[in-house]
Amino acid sequence: MNLVRDRTVQGLTLALGVMLIVSALVPSWIVNQLLFAFSRAIVVLGLLVLWRTRLVSFGHALYFGLGAYTVAMTSRYTGVNDAFALLGAAALLSTVVGFFVGFIIRRYRDIFFAMLNLAFSMILYGILVKTEALGSTDGFTIEQPTFAGIAFEDPSEGKLALLCLLMVVGWAVAVGVQAYLRSTLGRLTTAIGDNEIRVEYLGYSAEHAIHIKYVLSTFLAGLGGGFMALALGQVDPDSMVNWTASGELVFVTILSGPGSVAAPFIGSFVFEILRTYAFEWMPHAWQMIVGGTLLIVIFFMPGGLWGLVSGVAQRLTRRRPAAAAPGAGG
Amino acid sequence: METALTILLDGLVFSSYLFIVSLGLTIIFGVMKILNVTHGSFYAWGAYTAAFLIGLAANAGWPDWAGFAIIFFAAILVGLVLGLILERGILQFMYHRDEVLIVLATFGSFLVLEDTILLVFGVDPYFAFQPMQLLGSVELGGIARDTYGLTLIGLAAVLAVTSWLVLRRTHWGKLLSAVIFDRELAMAMGLNVSRVYIVTFVIGAMLGALGGAYIAPTVSVAPGFGVDVIVLSFAVVVIGGMGSVPGAMIGALAVGIVRALAVHKFPQFELFVIYAVMATVLVFRPEGLFAPVKARKI
Repeated sequence: MNLVRDRTVQGLTLALGVMLIVSALVPSWIVNQLLFAFSRAIVVLGLLVLWRTRLVSFGHALYFGLGAYTVAMTSRYTGVNDAFALLGAAALLSTVVGFFVGFIIRRYRDIFFAMLNLAFSMILYGILVKTEALGSTDGFTIEQPTFAGIAFEDPSEGKLALLCLLMVVGWAVAVGVQAYLRSTLGRLTTAIGDNEIRVEYLGYSAEHAIHIKYVLSTFLAGLGGGFMALALGQVDPDSMVNWTASGELVFVTILSGPGSVAAPFIGSFVFEILRTYAFEWMPHAWQMIVGGTLLIVIFFMPGGLWGLVSGVAQRLTRRRPAAAAPGAGG
Repeated sequence: METALTILLDGLVFSSYLFIVSLGLTIIFGVMKILNVTHGSFYAWGAYTAAFLIGLAANAGWPDWAGFAIIFFAAILVGLVLGLILERGILQFMYHRDEVLIVLATFGSFLVLEDTILLVFGVDPYFAFQPMQLLGSVELGGIARDTYGLTLIGLAAVLAVTSWLVLRRTHWGKLLSAVIFDRELAMAMGLNVSRVYIVTFVIGAMLGALGGAYIAPTVSVAPGFGVDVIVLSFAVVVIGGMGSVPGAMIGALAVGIVRALAVHKFPQFELFVIYAVMATVLVFRPEGLFAPVKARKI
C-alpha cells in the first residue's frame, strides 16, 4: 500500500507504556471512563475491520452481549470468578457462534449484511428479555473478579488491575489486527470493498476472506463485551443487546474513522467523555449530540477523528522543510 | 376453537397495525433505495402530535369524533414538515453515496429527532383515549374487543387497495415504476426524478406518521415510542421483500399471526419468533419473499 515505514506498533507500545503510568496516577472516575472506553474500543476494532470492506453490522451487540452475558452467567452459576477464565470463556463462545453464523452471513453485502446481523442480534434480545433465568429486562450484577487467584480487597484497586489487564489485551489485539491488515488476507479487506469481482479474478475467495474477517470481529466483540461486563459490574439486555447498542457501536466506529488500529481507542475515549458531560449538562440532549455528530462526520469528516488528527499532523510535518515522510500509519 | 378465533383476530389486528407502519418504509425503499431509520421518528412524531392535539381538542370541548379528523390531520402535518426537512435538508445530498452511509445518516437523524420530541413534548406520557372510548366495544367469539382496534383492519385494507390502485392504475404509478426500474434512464427520458423522490418521501413519512397517530389513542405515548417499531417494521419489510407493497402485506400477516400464536401459546417466545422468521426468510431468500424484479445491469 504505502512504502512509508509503518510505525503503528511502536506508537501503540509507547502509548501502552504511557497509559500504564498515567492510569496509576489518575482519580478513580477516570479509571472507570478508561475501562468503558477501551472495552468498547476492542469491539470497535472488530467493526473497523469490517468497515474497511464497506460492511456495516447493525447487530454486533449480539456478540458484545454474548460476551457480557457469558461473563455474568459463568460467574453466577459456576462459581468461577477469575477474570482470565471469564474473559476467555466470553471470547471463545462469541467466536464459536460467530464462526457458525458466519457461514450464513458471508454471502451477504450492503444493507442485507446489516439487516441479517440485526435479525440475529434481535433473536438473542428476544430470548434474554423474556427469560427469567437469564435475568429478563433487569439483567444481573456481577461480583468483582479475581486475577489469576489474586483478590483485591479495595474495589478501586480491583478496577485498576482490570484496567491494566484491559490495556495490555487492547495493545495485543491492536497489534494483532495491524499484522492481519498488513498480511495478504488483510489487504484484501480494502480490495473487496472496492471491487469484489476483481478480487475473485485474482484468485481469492471473497466469501472466505469475509468469513475470516467476520469471525475476527466476533472474537473482538465478545472479548470487549466481557471486559465491559466486568467494568460495569452488571449486564442488562437494553443497553447491551438491543439494536440501539449495535447502533452505538457503529457510531463509535464511524466517529473513530477507519484510518488506523489506534483510532478506535481515541474514538471510544472521546465518546465516553462526551457522554459523561452530556449527561451532566444536557440530560435530554444526549441522543441529539450523538445523532448530530454522526451526521457531521458523514458529511464533513469521512476519515473520522483519526482522519482529522492525521490530516493536521500531515499539514504540520509538511511545513517543516526537512520532513519527508508523513506519520500516518497504514 | 375459541382460542383459535382469538388468536386469528389478535393476529389480524396486529398485522393491520404492522402493515400500516411498514407501508411507508417499503414504498420509500422501493423508489429511493433508502432503508429509512427515521421511519421510527415519523411514527413517534405522528403519535405525539395526534395525542397532543386530541388532548387540546378535548379540553376545548370539541366532540370526541373530532379525534379521528385530528389523527389524519396530524399525520399529514408531520409527514409534510419532517419529510420535507429530511429530504431537502439531508438526503438530497446523499443520493450518490454508499447505501450503507445513507442508512447511517437516517440513523443520525433518528437520534436527533428522538431528543427533539423530548424538548418539544417533555418527558411525561400523553393519553388520548377519546376516540377509543367513543367507539366502545363489541363482542366477538365470546370475547369483548374494543371496536377501535378492529377499525385498524379496515384502515389497513383501505391503504392496501389505495396504494395498489395508485401504483398500478395511475400516471403517477407508472412514473414511479420507471424510476424504480432504472433511475438514470428515467432521468434521461426527461422525468423529474428529484421531484418524484420528494413526493415519495413525504408520502412515506405521512404513512409512518399515520401509523403512530392512529395507534396513539390505544396506548400511552411516552419517550422511546419509536424505537421498537423500527426493527419491527424492518422485519415485516424484509420478510415480504423490500420495496414491495403486497410483500409488506404478506410480511405483516406472517409476523402478526405468528406473534399472536406465540403470545397465546408460548409467551416467552413473543419477540424471538418475529426475528426468527425474519432471519429464516433472509437466509433462504435474501431479497425477501416478494422482492420486485431487478433490472439486470452490467
